[in-house]
Amino acid sequence: MNPVNYLYLAALLFTIGATGVLIRRNAIVVFMCIELMLNACNLAFVAFSRMHGNLDGQIIAFFTMVVAAAEVVVGLAIIVSLFRSRHSASVDDASLMKL
Amino acid sequence: MTNAENLIALLIAAPLLGAAVLLTGGRRLDAVGHWVGTILAAASFVFGAILFADLLGKNAEHRTLIQHLWTWIPVEGFQADVTFRLDQLSMTFVLLITGVGSLIHLYSIGYMEHDERRRRFFGYLNLFLAAMLLLVLADNYLLLYVGWEGVGLASYLLIGFWQHKPSAATAAKKAFLVNRVGDMGLSIAIMLMFTTFGTFAFGPVLGSHEKPGLVDGASEATLTGIALMLLLAACGKSAQVPLQSWLGDAMEGPTPVSALIHAATMVTAGVYLIVRSANIFNLAPDAQLVVTVVGAVTLLFGAIVGCAKDDIKKALAGSTMSQIGYMVLAAGLGPIGYVFAIMHLVTHGFFKAGLFLGAGSVMHGMNDEVDMRKYGGLRKYMPITFVTFGLGYLAIIGFPGLSGFFSKDKIIEAAFAKGGTEGWILGACALLGAAITAFYMTRVMLMTFFGEERWKNQPTRSPEAPSAEPAAAHHGEHAEPHPHESPKSMTIPMIVLAFGSVFAGGFFSIGDRFLHWLEPVTGHSEGDSPLSAATVTGATMVCLLIGVAIAWAQYGRRPVPVVAPRGSLLTRAARRDLLQDDFNHVVLVRGGEHLTRSLVYVDHTLVDGVVNGTAASVGGLSGRMRKLQNGFARSYAVSMFGGAAILVAATLLMRAV
Repeated sequence: MNPVNYLYLAALLFTIGATGVLIRRNAIVVFMCIELMLNACNLAFVAFSRMHGNLDGQIIAFFTMVVAAAEVVVGLAIIVSLFRSRHSASVDDASLMKL
Repeated sequence: MTNAENLIALLIAAPLLGAAVLLTGGRRLDAVGHWVGTILAAASFVFGAILFADLLGKNAEHRTLIQHLWTWIPVEGFQADVTFRLDQLSMTFVLLITGVGSLIHLYSIGYMEHDERRRRFFGYLNLFLAAMLLLVLADNYLLLYVGWEGVGLASYLLIGFWQHKPSAATAAKKAFLVNRVGDMGLSIAIMLMFTTFGTFAFGPVLGSHEKPGLVDGASEATLTGIALMLLLAACGKSAQVPLQSWLGDAMEGPTPVSALIHAATMVTAGVYLIVRSANIFNLAPDAQLVVTVVGAVTLLFGAIVGCAKDDIKKALAGSTMSQIGYMVLAAGLGPIGYVFAIMHLVTHGFFKAGLFLGAGSVMHGMNDEVDMRKYGGLRKYMPITFVTFGLGYLAIIGFPGLSGFFSKDKIIEAAFAKGGTEGWILGACALLGAAITAFYMTRVMLMTFFGEERWKNQPTRSPEAPSAEPAAAHHGEHAEPHPHESPKSMTIPMIVLAFGSVFAGGFFSIGDRFLHWLEPVTGHSEGDSPLSAATVTGATMVCLLIGVAIAWAQYGRRPVPVVAPRGSLLTRAARRDLLQDDFNHVVLVRGGEHLTRSLVYVDHTLVDGVVNGTAASVGGLSGRMRKLQNGFARSYAVSMFGGAAILVAATLLMRAV
């Protein structure tokens, strides 16, 4: 199968993820959308690795997974404590930093 | 020989010591302070007389004594020494300053008797003597400048001596400020001299009149610049147009001060400066012409002002201005006139000091009334004052045989001898001045000593009279005056000065004594006058008679009104010092105000505008930028995506190009 199709799929997934980040309020969903974008990037890396015939892209994909796992640990903990203190998981409610 | 030179410093040291002791000694010295001051002034005169005798014992070419005390500012290429030079010119001034000065000290003992600050007054007088002596004895322009400023300071302190009177305090400030303008001229002249010649000592710069020093090699433009700056300095100190406005107001000081500073000595400093710098002026004919014009204008200006004033001291102040105008005119004529400028200066020192002391004596006996319209018929009550004042009067108008006759006549001759149209114009001005002098002095004389006794049946203390003269307290306020002769300490100096007024001119002129004495310093040349000496003398006499006759017709034959009539336009202008103050106010004060206001406006609009504008634009921009910080995570995400998209687009675009 033509590896370029994987890139189209990666672009599609990234766009879906980005759109989800922008339009959804629920912090869990936003978080999942970010994961979707990360995985779209991973897919693109692996596809490029295959296209260019070296392993750099695959190694970076592993790195991304490690970073994403660590991010999930920290991010979910933040979301849980946010929900506990404010009884809401909406990202728009967490706007205390504005002027 | 060495002994004589060592005396020069003592000339200055004596009054300086007096000033230091009297001004720091405190009230313990109140009882003896006036005698300390007078004796030290007299001591200075004695030293002067010894030095004079020493000089007379020498040949004319050896009559310059130099005393080097120490090097004041030793810097590579800039040497300022404290060195004194005593030659015939400074000797003349030393004798005049210490002689007239000592007499006025003596007079002040009586005049200031009831003033509780008399000790301080004598301290200031001594300070003035020391500064004036430093001025005439200095051997370089920088040291002269020290004396010049010292004289300005002493003058300020003495004019404002009765500082509780606002008018006196203002007059002192005015004199100081106007003098500053002249001082600036002197300092610029010194700087020019230093940059041009590399030194400002008299010896190297000026040389002698036969063999000029460094001035000989300088360009005429530079010399004209220096000479004009020196003239500005002289105008300030000697109250010449256009810096004359302070002299009239300076009469707010006690009368002995007017006599000492504003008639006999300080105001002659400008003439001294010009004559001392003769070699600079000789090589700058344009500057000389300006000097003569200043002199001629001032001699008429002062005379016209003197005609209109009812205040006896202010009338005499106008006369001083006018007589110094004669001297400046003569000094501007070059070698024809230098000697006569100094001769008139000396004779004027005698008769003007005598006139002022006489005026002080009249005021002393009249409850400090200064308005001549409230005098009249005083000759019976004050015979000594009348006689001494009368002799001074005859001397100043140039009555044949008296001092003023010889000196003024010579100046008028010299003015004609300048030659050409200038000579005729200057000579005519000088003659006209002589006529006006005769007029206003006769007016003073008639209004004060002759006519009805206008002071009877009315209190003399008009509101504008110097109500605060402390001596007045003694006589009682608002009483009819009881004119009386002044005490001996006041009349003796007047008598001595009257002798000087009568005989000095003749003594100087017979056998050209003064000419031979001063010629080695200043040089002398006879101009070729288009008129013979006898013609000039005759013309002067005619002018004199006309002036006296007009004054008699107006003030002698008819009674003098107690309230001044409105007078013609010229009279009213002359009463206001020929609108000098109004001119200064409109042009300088208003002009200065406009200048500062426009500068403030520029500061507020342009400078502040730039600063405030920058601040406002930065503030406005950041005010808009902060709207981006809205706290919504999703909008931050939009800007992140947008930024990333722009970066990608830019990268692709650069690739494509």
